Amino acid sequence: MSNEAVLHAPAAAGSLDHGHGEHHEHHHHETFISKYVFSMDHKMIAKQFLITGMVWAVLGGLMSVLFRLQLGYPDSTFPWLEDLLGKWAAGGKISPEAYYALVTTHGTVLVFFVLTAGLSGTFSNFLIPLQIGARDMASPFMNMLSYWFFFAASIVMLSSMFVETGPFSGGWTAYPPLSALGDASPGSKTGMDLWIIAMALFVVSQLLAGLNYISTILNMRTKGMSMTRIPLTMWALFFTAVLGVLSFPVLLSGFILLIFDRNFGTSFYLSDIFINGVGALPNEGGSAILYQHLFWFLGHPEVYIILLPAMGIASEVMSVNARKPIFGYMAMVASMFSIAILAFLVWAHHMFVTGLNPFLGSVFVLLTLLIAVPSAIKVFNWLTTLWRGNIRFTPGMLFAIGFVSLFISGGLTGIWLGNSALDIHLHDTYFVIAHFHIVMGVASMFGMFAGIYHWFPKMYGRFMNNTLAYIHFWVTLAGAYMIFWPMHYQGLAGMPRRYYDYSVWESFKQFAELNQFISLVAMIVFAIQILFLFNFFYSIFKGRKVTTENPWGSNSLEWTTPINPGHGNWVGEIPEVHRWPYDYGKDGKDHIPQTTPIGADESHH
Amino acid sequence: MATTATAPTTNAWGGGKSPFNVEYGKVMMWYFLMSDAFTFGAFLISYGTIRFSTNGWPDPNEVFKSFPFAPEGVHAPLVFVSIMTFILIISSVTMVLAVQAGKNMDKSGVVKNLIWTIIGGIAFLSCQAWEWNHLLHEGAWWGSNPFLNHDGTASSTNFTNYFFTITGFHGFHVFSGVIINIVMLIMTLADKFEQRGHYLMIEKAGLYWHFVDLVWVFVFTCFYLI
Repeated sequence: MSNEAVLHAPAAAGSLDHGHGEHHEHHHHETFISKYVFSMDHKMIAKQFLITGMVWAVLGGLMSVLFRLQLGYPDSTFPWLEDLLGKWAAGGKISPEAYYALVTTHGTVLVFFVLTAGLSGTFSNFLIPLQIGARDMASPFMNMLSYWFFFAASIVMLSSMFVETGPFSGGWTAYPPLSALGDASPGSKTGMDLWIIAMALFVVSQLLAGLNYISTILNMRTKGMSMTRIPLTMWALFFTAVLGVLSFPVLLSGFILLIFDRNFGTSFYLSDIFINGVGALPNEGGSAILYQHLFWFLGHPEVYIILLPAMGIASEVMSVNARKPIFGYMAMVASMFSIAILAFLVWAHHMFVTGLNPFLGSVFVLLTLLIAVPSAIKVFNWLTTLWRGNIRFTPGMLFAIGFVSLFISGGLTGIWLGNSALDIHLHDTYFVIAHFHIVMGVASMFGMFAGIYHWFPKMYGRFMNNTLAYIHFWVTLAGAYMIFWPMHYQGLAGMPRRYYDYSVWESFKQFAELNQFISLVAMIVFAIQILFLFNFFYSIFKGRKVTTENPWGSNSLEWTTPINPGHGNWVGEIPEVHRWPYDYGKDGKDHIPQTTPIGADESHH
Repeated sequence: MATTATAPTTNAWGGGKSPFNVEYGKVMMWYFLMSDAFTFGAFLISYGTIRFSTNGWPDPNEVFKSFPFAPEGVHAPLVFVSIMTFILIISSVTMVLAVQAGKNMDKSGVVKNLIWTIIGGIAFLSCQAWEWNHLLHEGAWWGSNPFLNHDGTASSTNFTNYFFTITGFHGFHVFSGVIINIVMLIMTLADKFEQRGHYLMIEKAGLYWHFVDLVWVFVFTCFYLI
């Protein structure tokens, strides 16, 4: 019995009818639970990822506001903090333990729960079936499981904040020995156990999700949708999924070894350790650096897991709103491919000052700087897409352009940090904080906002309010630069990251006002995000209704579905595709959807 | 450029069909196996790193020299683990036969060979349980290593730490494989695959089983031979 029978069988077991046959609106009775909670519709799962991500973004953002209070106003007390945090802010001042717990949880939550699950989780789920022309994911059930594993991870992570010894406080990278020894700090006790359980659940969620995204994109494209006709969002999300499937397991291995070190008396990462009040530990022969290798083998691809979806979204939104074909489609694909490959070969640039052999360091410098090539290709392609475009400054478009701006300014400092010699000076300073917040944090946030504003009409059948969106954009963009540009300056002056109070250091006293300024802007930017959330939730119920199927005049397939598509996306047959999605302004036509057959006298492009 | 008016829609990657001519579950299984290979790769590379940076290491011929029911003090280096390895490889052969029988829609052949594979898996796990138990009685466990280095000096506990972690993780995979095979057996007996008209699930379970066997070859080499 060959594959043929399976591929052409009327109904593959356990999955939706994803062939090209008629799709009837024969919805089995849907309850609240099956529609909104344990949904197997990719569009609903996408919304679940998005809204859970938003909850985490608010929590993680609020944490940064709290520790910025400490950094900006180290001598002040805020009695309301004690009401909020209890013993963690006795007398209205955040304790050092709480400060480190806030910094750690802020990092973990933003990197993994918001910018990984919230970004690629949302847009992979929402866009993949819609843009390649499929009824749903390859396995809707696994898709549902991936969300619920993420949800479980969220609950465990959240619960770690309420244990007596507090959440983990050793930094989001969880380096041993701080993460391996419960005696090392309060946060390394139960808080770390919960952190590691949450992360293990998260890895499972990512694996289930990634396998689904890959097999859906490879296997379930509609007729005519060749790999060079899929929108760039699809390529980006495909590479993202491959990165996740191949790098998260290494993190899992690292975590398993860490669990044994914590609980079963092993010494994988431990050797020659003395703890005040405990004494010398018996552990011998392990290596703390080994953990760093395992961690950054995920950690660096993770950066691109966060960034690639934003790149894909920016490309798509930019082409639609510049009313021009994306410049250099194949170059975009090739550069994303090379970024995906290089992502696995540069991890040790996070470890230049660990005592790494300088020769090995120079190899990693070379490979790291090589990433500048595909990155620059992408930047120039975006700029040339804008060049002489008929630009519509929709909120989505503004955020896409903002993404490019942030990617340029954050990417350039990457070239500095990628040099092992310069890194000796810059390592673990605010320069690094500024670099990665701009290039991966804020830039990817901008990609996410671009995606939300652009696809909101498809998600909810309504528009978001433009005025609020413009305020959101300009304040966020200006605020992001006002927060992070000064940090480069502080970092160059040698200000280390993760200190609790800089005012006690003679060298850093001069930055007191600057720190205050950064904290103030951080609060304003946070408040503006609340405005965005208001806009989002208000518009779900009260936004201006979408009246046409294709409000942006876009070519890609998702806009050929009904305004509020049901489970299965298309009524009747899935459309056939005849061209790439970027025929804007071709032969005097504003746009030609992918479903339009090639005309007899049509020009090649 | 990216698309042309004459792009053929009949090629494998043209959309509307699977480019590799396989259904999505098999694509997922292959990607999962790649992912899992990275998990084991990370473990084994960690092991290599630590071992390379440690001054001495126990001699596997001295550690793994016992045999069940043999008198105490018998010197049978690697005999028992060779039998374990043989059992696992034979179970891969019976798995191939089960997949082949599935392709021929031969239900009884699938049932017979699946049962042999399950027996092989359980036998391997039993051997591993005996070996672990024996080592435990000798004082070896996570965090404790009674064995001496080649040169008679005291050895790092990382020998046993890695041994139990990695063979344990592999054993967990074999255990999962046995469970999967039992589920496949039940589904076969319930005529699920006859109704579907194909035994593709057996093939996917087979991929997993062969992968677990392949991993053992590396684990075996790293801990018993080198």
